Amino acid sequence: MIKRRLNIRMSGLGGQGAVTAAHVLAMAAARDGKYAISNPFFGAEKRMAPAESYCRIGITRIYDRGELVYPDVIEVFHPQVITMGKSYTMPFYSGIKENGIVIINSDVPLLSDEDVKRLNDLNVAVFYIKGTQLALEIAGTELSTNMAMIGSVAGITKCVTLEALDGALQERFGKKFVASGGTATLDEAIKKKFAKKEMLLKKNLETVTRSYEIAAEWAEKNRVELALAAA
Amino acid sequence: MATSSVIGKKNKMGQTYTDPWYMMHEAPRTPSFFTGSEVIKEAIRRASCDVMIAYPITPQSEAAALIGELFVEGYVGDYFRGESEFAVMSECAGAAFGGARVFTTTAGPGTMRAMENFPMWAGARLPIQMIVTCRGINSPLSIQPDTLEISYLLNTGMLVWHAETAQDFFDWILIGYLVAEEPDVHLPLALCCDGFFVTHTKDVVQLTPADMCLPPYDPYRSPVPCMDMECPPVRMMRDPFVMKSNYISYATHASWQQEVWAAVERSRKHTIRWLDGLIEVDNGDADILIVSSGTAVSQGREAKALLEEEGIDVGIVKIKTLRPWPGEEIREATKHAKHIIVPEFNIIGWLAREIRATIPNSDRVFAGPHVGGGMTMPPEIIAADIKALLGIKTAALAGRGS
Repeated sequence: MIKRRLNIRMSGLGGQGAVTAAHVLAMAAARDGKYAISNPFFGAEKRMAPAESYCRIGITRIYDRGELVYPDVIEVFHPQVITMGKSYTMPFYSGIKENGIVIINSDVPLLSDEDVKRLNDLNVAVFYIKGTQLALEIAGTELSTNMAMIGSVAGITKCVTLEALDGALQERFGKKFVASGGTATLDEAIKKKFAKKEMLLKKNLETVTRSYEIAAEWAEKNRVELALAAA
Repeated sequence: MATSSVIGKKNKMGQTYTDPWYMMHEAPRTPSFFTGSEVIKEAIRRASCDVMIAYPITPQSEAAALIGELFVEGYVGDYFRGESEFAVMSECAGAAFGGARVFTTTAGPGTMRAMENFPMWAGARLPIQMIVTCRGINSPLSIQPDTLEISYLLNTGMLVWHAETAQDFFDWILIGYLVAEEPDVHLPLALCCDGFFVTHTKDVVQLTPADMCLPPYDPYRSPVPCMDMECPPVRMMRDPFVMKSNYISYATHASWQQEVWAAVERSRKHTIRWLDGLIEVDNGDADILIVSSGTAVSQGREAKALLEEEGIDVGIVKIKTLRPWPGEEIREATKHAKHIIVPEFNIIGWLAREIRATIPNSDRVFAGPHVGGGMTMPPEIIAADIKALLGIKTAALAGRGS
């Protein structure tokens, strides 16, 4: 399905980098010459509490703001979003559009039979990615899980190029970045995981690229098509 | 009084004091992908601000902290932190009485706590600029946007503008000082936006050159003398009229209130020039008009696009300033409309009330949809309400949680 606007909802837990993921994805889309905005939605900042972010990418100017109530793509960053209901709504996929895609970071299936049926009725494809495992294997830290989630949605929808993602990552992590106290602390935490900043950028891009490939292969094999129209 | 122009001279940061009209309308612009909070910082970098007083109300907006960084860099004359919003607004008054160009930020409960100061600012004719990144004010608490607090500001005597986007915010912070500091205006400005939807959203904003800045504030252009405790202009502070109870006191207060509101009216001509009108109309010939302010305008634009796909023609009226109130403009823009839809990010519907009180045949106004407590307003629900008004049957929308 070809769309003029791709609405992506990222449901995660505080500290996982869902907000950063949406920002990086939108920055990459802007680099690709598309219209893009990103915004987060969270309560008072705390780790492991529900946190959501939204990335809208389009071929015309985007005015829409706030929570994405009717998304095309939902990314679940943490199994607890589903298993413990750490979502702003129950079920986590409420509002998803017909022919949409759900991407879940888990190495085991998490959906109930009822969930599977309701998503099937809407012709929604479900893709499981072992995002945290990939992050640990490639980057050596689970803090790079958000990179695997960026790669997944980009691999399936091709909404941004890998070149643009590379540029966006450098823009986000390569220089001083202004963020709230909580985010700044996490930035410091991930920087300490790597000897050098170049290594951080390299390993994160490798995580993005690997998940991009896995997701692209899955989409091709299962004939899942959800893409942005040409501008 | 200065006898020569500062235009073309450099400040201590190497920025050139630039003719404001050239800076805002003709100077080259650089596209930047920023959050609204970062945009506020970039505007203040160019605003030749003397004093910023902060109550750092994160997570609503990071602007107060970011402007602290600007102070460290040297772009802001002085920077204080208040111990509460009430303290901040009182300190702003002190700095402005002393002849400084003053900036501050607030949101939601903070605005309410500081409320006593706002009519005082207006009465004292202090051209302070206050950014209001709207947030819920009721209990249970919310850090998400709800525009109820704007309705409390409407009768304070302040100028009240409502920005739609981060671009509006950038331009209007700079323009705000130019209008507020005009000698025949000289009033405080509450520049409002919907928090989170503007402050936390990353969007492309066109910035003016960083090496250009506004000319500094000239306190000698004030219509009332700078405060001098030894020789107060109307003995306002040392022997205030509040201590008297006679016809002179009543007459003074009544005439001064009239003067404050006359100053709001006089701001109209400057605002029309700088903002290119108090309202903006898109497809104004349509039978159905969405009339609103702030983020509700953006959501209305998306609803317009959704309805266009179904062959339903809708126009948009964006209200930029709430004080001064563009009554004449709204009457003219809506004179042929059959349905006037007023979506709002609050349950009360204060904007719809203002519009109903302004136009003939006010039963054309449909007050809604409304979302409150920081909820998002998907364009789909505006489109659904419009279709319902037209008698078109629609499938029930699944909300989150259904």
